[in-house]
Amino acid sequence: MMLPERTLNIILFLALPLVAVIALALDEPFIITLATRAAILALAAVGLNLALGLGGLVSLGHAVFFGLGGYAMGILASHAQSFTPLDLGLFTLDGTKSMPIIWLVAVTVSAFAALLIGLLALRTAGVYFIMITLAFGQMFYYFTISWPAYGGEDGLSIYVRNSFPGLNTLDPIQFFALVFGVLAAVLWLMGRIERSSFGLALGSARQNAVRVETVGLSPFRLRLVAFVISGAVTGLAGALFADLNRFVSPTMFSWQMSGEFIVFIVLGGIGRLYGPVVGACLFVLLEHMLSGVSDFWLIYLGAVLLLVVLFARGGVIGALANGRGVHD
Amino acid sequence: MTTLLLIEQVLNGLQAGIMLFLMAAGLTLIFGVMGLINLAHGSLYMIGAFAAAAVAAATGSFLLALFASLVAAAAAGVVIELAVIRRLYDRDHLDQVLATFALILILSEGTRWLFGSFPLYLDVPTILSGPVILPGGIAYPAYRLVIILVGLAVAAGLFLLIGRTRIGIQIRAGEADREMIAALGVNISALYTMVFALGAALAGLAGALVGAIQSVQVGMGEPVLILAFVVIVIGGIGSIKGALVGALLVGLTDTLGGVLLPLALGGLMDASSATSIGSAVASMLIYVLMAVVLIFRPTGLYGTA
Repeated sequence: MMLPERTLNIILFLALPLVAVIALALDEPFIITLATRAAILALAAVGLNLALGLGGLVSLGHAVFFGLGGYAMGILASHAQSFTPLDLGLFTLDGTKSMPIIWLVAVTVSAFAALLIGLLALRTAGVYFIMITLAFGQMFYYFTISWPAYGGEDGLSIYVRNSFPGLNTLDPIQFFALVFGVLAAVLWLMGRIERSSFGLALGSARQNAVRVETVGLSPFRLRLVAFVISGAVTGLAGALFADLNRFVSPTMFSWQMSGEFIVFIVLGGIGRLYGPVVGACLFVLLEHMLSGVSDFWLIYLGAVLLLVVLFARGGVIGALANGRGVHD
Repeated sequence: MTTLLLIEQVLNGLQAGIMLFLMAAGLTLIFGVMGLINLAHGSLYMIGAFAAAAVAAATGSFLLALFASLVAAAAAGVVIELAVIRRLYDRDHLDQVLATFALILILSEGTRWLFGSFPLYLDVPTILSGPVILPGGIAYPAYRLVIILVGLAVAAGLFLLIGRTRIGIQIRAGEADREMIAALGVNISALYTMVFALGAALAGLAGALVGAIQSVQVGMGEPVLILAFVVIVIGGIGSIKGALVGALLVGLTDTLGGVLLPLALGGLMDASSATSIGSAVASMLIYVLMAVVLIFRPTGLYGTA
């Protein structure tokens, strides 16, 4: 059965809250947590998709922003938890347990990091860009491992989930609703960006940078802006992910994490707005089902991924929807 | 800090650099000739180390173990090239990254399934287990000195192979213009398989040689792979000479930074924070080095645009 991509997107998108509501009715909080995890990973990959799908920037270092978002939450909440102000040299900052403030810090910090990394990495293209973003990821990874102040290699535990005005975030379904609301808002925003003149120019810079330059636009600046927005969204996802687990550790910076974000995008269908959402849900589902079957479930994941890359380039949405994707 | 200690650290840096070169040379050859970015190169390093550890445990012979590492990694390279990699040459980099990422998952978990999660140990041969006294009275582990020499010999052999032999001419011609050498009657797909197997064998050898100093375990390849990426970005992708210079720079920076930086900071602050800040910053040094090189030469030291 082939559906128009728009209808398919709506159906696939509503599947996630449907699962959560059914799980609530059946009193299965673990399934709600799985759905929350899928939504957060989807958010991280939606961020990457702007740079990768639309901008054509294969970043193998988006875990940097995910990790920075996570540590923004971890550091602020740990200072709030221990009632010690955060000493930044010039001034001190009180820790906080308030999600909106944490999100703002996470987004700001990761956007700033994306700006610095982008300024350097976007001087190069192709394989160099892939390797440099990968190397920046490792730089943060090793830094957090060898920096003892916030747990080093062992990571940092936050005992109580942070708060959001008007919600009880400790209740799984309320936290899910909050995360899903953020995901929906970001997807709406990304849809707007894709159709905006900026989005069109960015897509053109991917297809033919020379032409974009001849009409007086700078591909470098377009890509830099895309990279910064992309990093900021992934950073926000990092803060949520840390709140879901109430734990941050250097693994959030690991390059496998960056690889997985790309996997989500490609499993779902590259260059499609809802591709990362579908891919992340599929990944969490596979992880949940296969890890029950075998300790070596990553072999099967690898095989599935290999088959998708070699033979099914449109991903799940490409296989189910009629019409052509953005990337064709 | 004594001069003796400094010289010892320089030798350690050299040893790390030479081993990195064995990894980076294969990566850069594969990229230069086939235009392929191969994330699974670290898995070949791991396969070499595991083959060596298994053969050493069965036969007790270190030389046989080294030979096994070469054969196993090259064979794995041939199988992977024929089954997967060859379909990726005319794909974009994203597909190459993903497919080779999938290969890492398969190879790592496959190795875990075969050998278990516990690290294996590969013993240094007894004849090389003691120290040697270098001129100036420096005692240095004989095995490390030998792997520096082995690495240098392999590097020299590789330069001869690329620069002086018929195969080398074909490889260099393949980098320059693959259609043309195919038109001239060179079997290009056999050449590609051979280059991939050569790169794999070098990675496997490095894995076995380093495996005797560190432990042999699943996931040992990826940190080295990423360092090798840094090396070829610094040296210029496709350049063997760049890989050598880059590998030595990265090996020395990484080793010396970890020792010198905490000492240098020790003059500015108290000892414990100097150690923690020093080692945290030292872990980032090679990436800073890479960033600096890229600011001045975006295609690396010996790269062509």
